[in-house]
Amino acid sequence: MAKDDYLDKHELIPKHTKLGERAVKELLATFNISKVQLPKILASDVVVKNLGLKIGDIVKIERKSPTAGKSTYYRVVADG
Amino acid sequence: MSEELIKEYIDVIPNSLLDQVRKHLPAKAKKAEVKKILELLREEFDNMQIEAGECVGLVAAESIGEPGTQMTLNTKHFGGVAELQVTLGLPRLIEIFDGRQNISTPMMEIYLKNPKCSVEEVTKIAGKIKETPLSELAKSFEVNIADATIEVELDKEAVAQAGIRVATIVKRLQTGLKNVNVKNKEDIIFIKVTKEGDELNKLYAVKETSKGVFVSGIKGVTQVLPVKIGEEYVIKTAGSNLKSVLKMDEIDTYKTRTNDIFETCKVLGLEAARQLIIDEALNVLETQGLDINIRHIMLAADTMTVAGEIRGITRYGIVGQKSSVLARASFETPIKHIIAAAERGEIDKLNSVIENVMINQPVPIGTGLPGLRTKEQGKGT
Repeated sequence: MAKDDYLDKHELIPKHTKLGERAVKELLATFNISKVQLPKILASDVVVKNLGLKIGDIVKIERKSPTAGKSTYYRVVADG
Repeated sequence: MSEELIKEYIDVIPNSLLDQVRKHLPAKAKKAEVKKILELLREEFDNMQIEAGECVGLVAAESIGEPGTQMTLNTKHFGGVAELQVTLGLPRLIEIFDGRQNISTPMMEIYLKNPKCSVEEVTKIAGKIKETPLSELAKSFEVNIADATIEVELDKEAVAQAGIRVATIVKRLQTGLKNVNVKNKEDIIFIKVTKEGDELNKLYAVKETSKGVFVSGIKGVTQVLPVKIGEEYVIKTAGSNLKSVLKMDEIDTYKTRTNDIFETCKVLGLEAARQLIIDEALNVLETQGLDINIRHIMLAADTMTVAGEIRGITRYGIVGQKSSVLARASFETPIKHIIAAAERGEIDKLNSVIENVMINQPVPIGTGLPGLRTKEQGKGT
């Protein structure tokens, strides 16, 4: 078993992916916001570390939602 | 055929509704009919959505708070047939939403890689997890004054049940005690006190401390209980140490969880903690027989995690990070907040709800939210 394998597959953790540059622009344009207005996730978060993300990156989180089936959430990686 | 049509709506109608359409759609439905159904659904869904400016937080607070008054204050619940004590009811709910770091009954649910194994195997794994002091593994402690040594005779059966080697016990004792030299000869462990001086007193002191040294198991886990759910075994524990448990080979690392939200945040990340807040809160409410819409709890969980770390709904948590002085002052300890703000020279921009209530101005919610578009350019709304 690979180390920290559970960070990808644990049932509590939804899928995290890094949002590409173009997608980031689109996202910010759709909601007419700047990055700082997004919800945050700390750079020291284990899942973020595992993905090797830097401060300022945007993480796309695909949650399983009991109300909507699937829902996407975005967080910006913040210092800390 | 209809699948293509459904796919067109993937961005405007949530997945769960589309799934229901797929399920109930008659196979013979014509394209135009499917289109009509989807259009109707879309219209209905748009109407059902919450309006911009609706104060969802207030509704959530009421919806959780009112049924909360009917909860029993009885904290001591026993999880089913299990003999583990679990905090439930209002105290647990407060614990969750306050974002307490130290919860009163931390516990883990450990799933096994091979859940259909025999009783013996489960007991063995459980024995490995439980934190055991030396006194539970020893038959006798004897003090040999002449050699300044303590002789500990181990209980072979207990050692076997804990699934630990004598060498490991020796190692743990060596690191757990100060100024000693630990050796073993088969089942007898010799603890020699190396520090010179008041030897006799020291000897007895070491004997007592050695009894409490944890030589086996995972730190923090005080009680283990294998429970059979259906065909499968789950080990429930009192005390929680998720990180160490996840390192074990015998357990299912994808399902094992703790009820400690902060620990989950540390080990599995923020999103897992958010999910756990929802699960735990729902669990409490359900056991109390209360039916609260999950959306309210999801909103609370989202609010608690929005800053990247878990913040409770308290004056130190999410209320403390509000930018408005008056809003902070209105919640708890007003004088403290106002004095501190005066010292720092804070400015209140009055762009939220509570401070506008205080100064008798329209609040920016509902119809109070939109500003006038006809104002002169360059002068804000």
